[in-house]
Amino acid sequence: MLTIIFDGIAYGMLLFILAVGLSVTLGLMNFVNLAHGAFAMAGGYATVILMNAYGLPFLATLPFAFAFAAMIGLALERLLYRRMYRRSHLDQVLFSIGIVFMAVAATDYLMGSQQQIIHLPEWLRGRIEVAGVAIGAYRFFLVVVCGALVVALQWVLARTRFGSQLRAAVDDTRVARGLGIPTDLIFAATFATGSGLAGLGGALGAEILGLDPTFPLKFMLYFLIVVTVGGTATISGPFAAAILLGIADVAGKYYIPRLGAFVIYFFMLVVLLLRPNGLFVRSGAR
Amino acid sequence: MSEIVGNSRERARRSAAASSRWRLPELAFWGCAVAAIFLLPSRHLLLNEIAIVGLFAMSIDLILGYAGIVSLGHAAFFGVGAYAAGLLAKSGYVEPASGLLFAGAIAATVGFSASFLVIRGSDLTRLMVTLGVALVFVEVANRFESVTGGVDGLLGISMGPILGLFEFDFGGTTAYCYSLCVLFVMFLIARRIVNSPFGTSLRALKENRMRAGAIGIPTAKRIVAVYSISAGFAGIAGALLAQTTAFVSLEVLDFARSADGLLILVIGGSGYLYGGIIGSIAFALMRDALSTLTPAYWLFWMGAILVALVVVGRERIVDCAKALSLRVRGQPK
Amino acid sequence: MTVALETHDLVMRFGGFLATNRVNLQVARGARHALIGPNGAGKTTLVNLMTGVLSPTEGRIVLEGHDITAVPIAARVGLGIARTFQINQLFPSMSPLEAVSLAVAQRAGRSAGIWRGFGALPEIVDEAADILEGLHLADAMTERSDRLPYGKQRALELALALASRPKVLLLDEPAAGVPEGERHEILDIVASLPRDVSILLIEHDMDLVFSFAEKISVLVQGAVFLEGSAREIAADRRVREVYLGESADG
Ligand SMILES: Nc1ncnc2c1ncn2[C@@H]1O[C@H](COP(=O)(O)OP(=O)(O)OP(=O)(O)O)[C@@H](O)[C@H]1O
Ligand SMILES: [Mg+2]
Repeated sequence: MLTIIFDGIAYGMLLFILAVGLSVTLGLMNFVNLAHGAFAMAGGYATVILMNAYGLPFLATLPFAFAFAAMIGLALERLLYRRMYRRSHLDQVLFSIGIVFMAVAATDYLMGSQQQIIHLPEWLRGRIEVAGVAIGAYRFFLVVVCGALVVALQWVLARTRFGSQLRAAVDDTRVARGLGIPTDLIFAATFATGSGLAGLGGALGAEILGLDPTFPLKFMLYFLIVVTVGGTATISGPFAAAILLGIADVAGKYYIPRLGAFVIYFFMLVVLLLRPNGLFVRSGAR
Repeated sequence: MSEIVGNSRERARRSAAASSRWRLPELAFWGCAVAAIFLLPSRHLLLNEIAIVGLFAMSIDLILGYAGIVSLGHAAFFGVGAYAAGLLAKSGYVEPASGLLFAGAIAATVGFSASFLVIRGSDLTRLMVTLGVALVFVEVANRFESVTGGVDGLLGISMGPILGLFEFDFGGTTAYCYSLCVLFVMFLIARRIVNSPFGTSLRALKENRMRAGAIGIPTAKRIVAVYSISAGFAGIAGALLAQTTAFVSLEVLDFARSADGLLILVIGGSGYLYGGIIGSIAFALMRDALSTLTPAYWLFWMGAILVALVVVGRERIVDCAKALSLRVRGQPK
Repeated sequence: MTVALETHDLVMRFGGFLATNRVNLQVARGARHALIGPNGAGKTTLVNLMTGVLSPTEGRIVLEGHDITAVPIAARVGLGIARTFQINQLFPSMSPLEAVSLAVAQRAGRSAGIWRGFGALPEIVDEAADILEGLHLADAMTERSDRLPYGKQRALELALALASRPKVLLLDEPAAGVPEGERHEILDIVASLPRDVSILLIEHDMDLVFSFAEKISVLVQGAVFLEGSAREIAADRRVREVYLGESADG
């Protein structure tokens, strides 16, 4: 029981790291980026290649996974995404689906369609015992790493100049621009960081979520659920949503394996019926 | 004064009547579709597919082009229709035309239930819901293997003659004629719908939902209605595919099919009903050309087309194409 | 006096901001009633509450004795409330004829019809044409709404409201932004509506207000500050200072 909750939390935290970038782009630029998973996939493949072809240890590849995805994110933001911010949601959706398809096909071409396997170092395999509960060492590692990232993110947003500028821009881009905040720069930096985090999530998650060219399609719905349910106004909203979703998914697959995959749809449905605008919407705008 | 009043009424009536009148290019369009039966005898299978995909795209046009609802999962209803028609035939009822009605009714019912999720929340929730609903159907079809055949698909469908008169043939001639007839009938229905006050009220809620409410239009009811109708249309398209190919696989429910539908509509243009069919023709031609170049990576090209269409803008591409074709033909002065 | 539309202790909060503060307003049947007040007083918010665009935090809205607080926006139109918007809310790609025909069809219970197009509904189209004629829109009736000059768009805004044959008509600065010469045209049309239509008019131009209204309510910071006949309001020193003084500068 506790093991399952712990697994769920680890899974949820991973989902959060994967989706947080999407939530911020949505809140900041009102941009529906269905291709977010493609950046996660880029990070995952960066790790695979570095480990298999260059023999780097797993941990050492993680910064590269982040940087690789962030760079792709930055390049695409400057080249393409920037033009789409003011477009209709339909245009954004079509555009980002196009990006997904290209990413899926390109990855298939370059890497083949098979599942990629990551060989974790010895100390991350096996199980460890924490307070009498048997926990997969890797899950524990995930919780620690993702937890640290969440704390760091929260700190950046709450305490740094960049964070306060970002929050101002999310609240009201026009006003923020009027105040002399370089919103363009913030957009680019945020997009790159969000993509980088997704990349990191993709690398960390390859072990649990699997990694093949269809990754961005498979997890599109998960990301959408996290941001719709969690809202885009805070990062605690998506965080809570991701944890809930993680626990629901893991518990569902464990307890009712016959219905396993339906549990998240059910979750989505219930939330939608009870709170059509998300679980954690700020009450009353302004 | 009263003369002027009469005059403006007169003009209003004329204008109202003109909006639903048939135009020459429309007649020419359907004329070509019929002529294709005789002019392209070896391509009936392809034409059949174009007609089916065109009908599917038209069903998306009803909700997207007229009511402004973006759906990421319209393949759900296509798939429901396909399985309904396939299972009906396998159960021994093999007359296609009534099977089509049956499948359409089932899909419309499913769409009706799903529409209550669609009327809630924002654009974003709608994306999530439509995608989610479609995935649920994939999951269901996958899970109930004994009924649907799972990944192997529904095999051994054999259809009877249409209305007891026309047998399906291997060349697909009957299939194309059948699909074309169905497409035309569905088009007539859709044309009626969009030119009616109901259709105008859909455009109203697409363009300004608050104002639509403020002139008394019950927007939620309208969305429920059009979503069910559109699901029915998609279901009939799916049923056509099942009947004319005698096969249904999980692929009918695929996300790529929903995305194809959107892409086709963007190529052909939405909001005037022909976009789906024209887009479907263009789509088939492009796929033909590109997949002879690089057979396995059609998906890549589809993505590239989507990105290009959106970034550059459809209007500009169409304008360029027109300008180019003019130049090629030599501008008549 | 029979009351057409009234509010009881109506409160609207946006977060911590009190936009409507315990408003008790009565619009009498057949009223020519003006609602005035400085910018940001909450006039538009009040109309939004009455029409169901917003739901109040507290309080009730009553139409001819029936509580309609929970009735959705579209159904209120069916009960006889229509409005214009301060900022044009039109259907950009539709022609005035299409838009008004739709509104007429809706009132006549024909807007859900699937089989018959407007071409087969001459009585609807005729009525729409008459409304457009009355608002000097006949010449522009087949153009796209978003291509009309601003004054014509304003008139269309009013046409859409009239098409539902309202019992209560709420007009939110119907002549705002319209060039001086055309302002009276629109207000004349409003003034010439049948006497059994109850009208609540929001307007900043005091000349127009006094020439139109029999009763005036003054809204300040979300609350009704003062209420009375046009003559009483015109004579009130506080209004002259607080409000008329301000509008004279602006
Ligand atoms: N949706 C909203 N969210 C937050 N605040 C709002 C909202 N709508 C209105 N307000 C605030 O409520 C107050 C009243 O606004 P309202 O538009 O009703 O004023 P008004 O009297 O119509 O002003 P004007 O004469 O400028 O039209 C304003 O301070 C406005 O900022
Ligand atoms: Mg106002």
